[in-house]
Amino acid sequence: MYDTTYYRASSVSDATSKLAGTEDGMFLAGGQTLIPTMKQRLAAPSDLVDVSGIDALKNISVDGEVVTIGAACTHAQVAGSSEVAQAIPALASLAGGIGDPAVRARGTIGGSIANNDPAADYPAACLGLGATIVTDTREIPADEFFVGMFETALDEGEMVTAVKFPKPTKAGYAKFPNPASRYAMVGVMAAQTGNGVRVAVTGAGNDGVFRHNALEEALGANWSADATQGVATDADDMLSDIHGSAEYRAHLVSVMAGRAVDNS
Amino acid sequence: MTDQGIGARVLRKEDKRFITGKGKYTDDIVQPNQAYAAFVRSPHAHANVKSIDASAAEAMEGVEAVLNGHQLTGDGIGNIICGWGITSKDGSPMNMGAWSALATDKVRYVGDAVAVVIADSKAQAQAAAEAVMVEYEVLPATSNVLASMKEGAPQIHENAPGNLIFDWEIGNKDETDAALASAHHTTTMDITNNRLSPNPMEPRSAVATFDESEDHYTLYTTSQNPHVARLVLSAFYNVAPEHKLRVIAPDVGGGFGAKIYIYPEEIVCLWASMKTNRSVKWTSTRSEAFLTDAHGRDHVSTATMGFDADNNIVGFKVNTKANLGAYMSLFSSSVPTYLYATLLSGQYNIANVYCDVQTYYTNTVPVDAYRGAGRPEAAYLIERMIETAARELGVDPGELRRQNFVREFPHQTPVIMAYDSGDFAGNLDQAKAAADVAGFPARKEEAAKRGKLRGLGYSNYIEACGIAPSAAVGSLGAGVGLWESAEVRVNPVGTIEILTGSHSHGQGHETTFAQLVSERFDLPTDNIQIVHGDTDKVQFGMGTYGSRSGAVGMSAISKALDKVEAKVKKIAAHVLEASEDDIVIEGGEVKVKGTDKAMGWHEVGLSAYTAHNLPEGMEPGLKEGAFYDPTNFTFPAGCYICEVEVDPQTGVTEIVQFTASDDFGTIINPMIVEGQVHGGIAQGIGQAMMEHAVYDDDGQLLSGSYMDYCMPRADDVPNYTVSHHSTTCPGNPLGMKGCGEAGAIGSPPAVINAITDAIGNNNLSMPATPSRVWAALQQVSAAQAAE
Amino acid sequence: MTKVTMTVNGKARSAEVPDNTLLVDYIRENLRLTGTHVGCDTSQCGACVVHVNGQAVKACTMLAASAEGAEVTTIEGVAAGKDDLHPMQIAFKENHGLQCGFCTPGMIMTATDMVSRYKEAGKTLDEHAIREELEGNICRCTGYHNIVKAIADGASKMA
Repeated sequence: MYDTTYYRASSVSDATSKLAGTEDGMFLAGGQTLIPTMKQRLAAPSDLVDVSGIDALKNISVDGEVVTIGAACTHAQVAGSSEVAQAIPALASLAGGIGDPAVRARGTIGGSIANNDPAADYPAACLGLGATIVTDTREIPADEFFVGMFETALDEGEMVTAVKFPKPTKAGYAKFPNPASRYAMVGVMAAQTGNGVRVAVTGAGNDGVFRHNALEEALGANWSADATQGVATDADDMLSDIHGSAEYRAHLVSVMAGRAVDNS
Repeated sequence: MTDQGIGARVLRKEDKRFITGKGKYTDDIVQPNQAYAAFVRSPHAHANVKSIDASAAEAMEGVEAVLNGHQLTGDGIGNIICGWGITSKDGSPMNMGAWSALATDKVRYVGDAVAVVIADSKAQAQAAAEAVMVEYEVLPATSNVLASMKEGAPQIHENAPGNLIFDWEIGNKDETDAALASAHHTTTMDITNNRLSPNPMEPRSAVATFDESEDHYTLYTTSQNPHVARLVLSAFYNVAPEHKLRVIAPDVGGGFGAKIYIYPEEIVCLWASMKTNRSVKWTSTRSEAFLTDAHGRDHVSTATMGFDADNNIVGFKVNTKANLGAYMSLFSSSVPTYLYATLLSGQYNIANVYCDVQTYYTNTVPVDAYRGAGRPEAAYLIERMIETAARELGVDPGELRRQNFVREFPHQTPVIMAYDSGDFAGNLDQAKAAADVAGFPARKEEAAKRGKLRGLGYSNYIEACGIAPSAAVGSLGAGVGLWESAEVRVNPVGTIEILTGSHSHGQGHETTFAQLVSERFDLPTDNIQIVHGDTDKVQFGMGTYGSRSGAVGMSAISKALDKVEAKVKKIAAHVLEASEDDIVIEGGEVKVKGTDKAMGWHEVGLSAYTAHNLPEGMEPGLKEGAFYDPTNFTFPAGCYICEVEVDPQTGVTEIVQFTASDDFGTIINPMIVEGQVHGGIAQGIGQAMMEHAVYDDDGQLLSGSYMDYCMPRADDVPNYTVSHHSTTCPGNPLGMKGCGEAGAIGSPPAVINAITDAIGNNNLSMPATPSRVWAALQQVSAAQAAE
Repeated sequence: MTKVTMTVNGKARSAEVPDNTLLVDYIRENLRLTGTHVGCDTSQCGACVVHVNGQAVKACTMLAASAEGAEVTTIEGVAAGKDDLHPMQIAFKENHGLQCGFCTPGMIMTATDMVSRYKEAGKTLDEHAIREELEGNICRCTGYHNIVKAIADGASKMA
């Protein structure tokens, strides 16, 4: 790991102002992706501003039809939250399936979406449930937030502080894990929301998480696993690697969509 | 009587330090003023090294030295050797390319080290290693045998034209061809045995210390065979003469073959310690381990098996092309030859077997023995073939095997091996009963109702362990003898130390070896200490691999115990004024049979050392040594049955039942033996369904971490039903056959036979990942649609 | 350099370390508690699992600085007293849940954590759950059979 300077932030403003003064600093939340990346010498932040200790980012609240999850909430916290389980069970179950127990104890929702790993689970939750990403300066709809692989709409120095999830009428998540890494090879969040059916796919696409229009149409017409069968996904848009061909991933998208509906 | 003798499920003596975090592994060792090594490794699979500029690195804080291959060879450090010479069909010797611990003019695989940085801290060493500027002239590369053997393929070593290392054969070619030509039915298959990375959980590590005042070296290292390491480091690599080099393998966190070899890093750490006059430590990261630990398997074969009209096997012919990587590792040449093709008769009575093997260089890390080493490749080939033949012939796969079993022993196969014992039908029956094969059709039907495809597959493996005798392996090209040594020291207070040349890195020798002594002298295992892994303590030894520590290592101990027992009896007979023949040892006492005359075990020890009252002419002391060279290999065998369910939507396979019936001969500790089988089966399931070391066509490793190399996890594997049906091995005094590799040898064909049975498509290679199983199912659907 | 202060196995410890020091390196190199191991560099093998403020975490994927003020327990500190063994340690021995011993400390730390979490949540820790909970711990020797048995046994011993 390259040298770095560590700073533990006490508040959001402390964190953002500290980062602004660094040469090439990064926010550190749970570190479950950033630290392995630094260990492989693939990231070399001059400074790390640790936001995991900011209490204001660790709250989960339900306000009417919206569940707000603080950016520093760990996956274990979300998975174990009775409020989340009651309001959006699919979200609790998704969080409970991220990584392994030790990773869930440290990894945070803010860190996950700010990184936008193409195989992470949370981007599918945000996009599929039509969430709004709250930052220190603005609110960004999920549809605009996830720009591409490891790319988001966040400006330099902008920090995710919370994610607001509107309660869906129904939602389900199904993940087909990569056998080796256990990250999503295909993860599908399917939801009936106030704005119609939304289907988001993570892990499979060659440009990160995406909404699946054909599946949305099919499930909008008929909310059933059967409706997902035969809904084609263009293999040209899929990743292909030693774990599975693009065709296989394209096939799995409809299978996992069906299972997501079954889980809803 | 103690209840800790042979056959007892004694809990392990070594466990306490491991469960409390007090194990002492190489990376836990800290030497005063130790420095750290970081290697500068080639990012290219094949390149000429044009220049190395270390000036920036040398100027960095904490950097003690930056050393390169020219300095290493200039100091007379010898090239890394392959210790088993193979002669080609035409009588020519194998083409061994030079392998320097630090590459000089050319690199041949990604990870090949060209320089090393020695610095005060690990971080400083890594940073400086990055600052070493190496100019490469990149050359075209090959990463598999099919590419290496092509006309015009990149030439990896000058002395190996066409990258061919050797072209070897075994068996009776003309007779086999004739038998196949006149066969009533033949089955032909192309079979690939996937390349694997052994992955012991403890990464390799070395701590080398040069003591200038004594002109003496000490090396702590993660080795399965510290004496072999010392021998090779001295005799071939010229690091130090043997009496000036101590090699210690402390607690070692798994080996599986990967820690047999003496790698460049250990040589370089020793040499760098002398160059810098500091202790030098290096511990591999997992990423480095994937790049540099010897891989296993990687065979491409074509085989034909012929049957007569009564379904008896009449001939078996195999051609295998094996990838040995960029250099020939220590035992690499023996794996696809004498450890492989000699087992191609399987459990079957086949009059005609022929195999020829071509081995090639590729621009990949060297390939050598990994758990099973050649025998899994043989078992996979035979057991896939016979299962496929049964399907083609429309007969029960278990019964086709049974009809062809060897039933009389000794049995001479056409490929060297003389099987000494076994009851293959007994193992088949036991496994079939435990797996409830009779109930399978009902289970399959029930699974189908749930939308699952259920399949069942057999594997009847046989392997050869305890490679021996030394003279025989020597005549086949081995550069070492494969005996084992032991020393038994009875202390004056009666406690016992056993010094053994075997090395335990998870096998539980500290317990099982003590049980052997407990059985002999009826003493509690707490009074017995096993000493191993240190060349200063143990006289010599060949180490632990190839499931040899029971059959060979314990036999050596047994021979030494014979001598101790004889002397004890002589002393007691003298003191108790009785005949030696009447002396018995039991209950902590040495007694005169049928009388109340006895002396305590400890009193005999004391008598031996006070020497006040010993028989005329007897030397004082109670310490005996023995070297044991077996008369034959041993032949563990068994029957494995795997039952799977495949999800046709995703191609995901679940192993719903795995049943093993093994014949290991005498079993010392069933608990430990079962554990060895469990672990072996898990590795076999890993090979069959998950693990694959993959290089792209340019020689870049695509499966370089646990993100891409799929290790079996707890939720990937089932509980295993393990049982034993044993015949005694006539070849050694304990009747033992060996159990360490069986699980990994026997399980892959059972798994693939089960999956192919479930999906109705025999066209499936390992690893049968969900993706591949799904693709195979697509072929079935396409074929059905075409009909 | 940064000063880190934490309680490790009940003892207050502090040191000046480079800011990029991993918790596992602090534990192994500075405190010389070498029972916590490193088996990979991608946060997957679990040989480094320790408890930080009562939760199992991967010490290779956390900075020592991030553990400032924390209560850390390593394998050397799980037993009640110097000569005692934790019930889970006993269960691993009695069920032959280890061979080479390298993954064992991480397995035991993960096991005690899962047992407490399941107990707290009132959930049943059956064989299936144990296997799923072990997703982040790799063992190459045992084939997991006896580890799963050991954890079930340890759970009942901890009850």
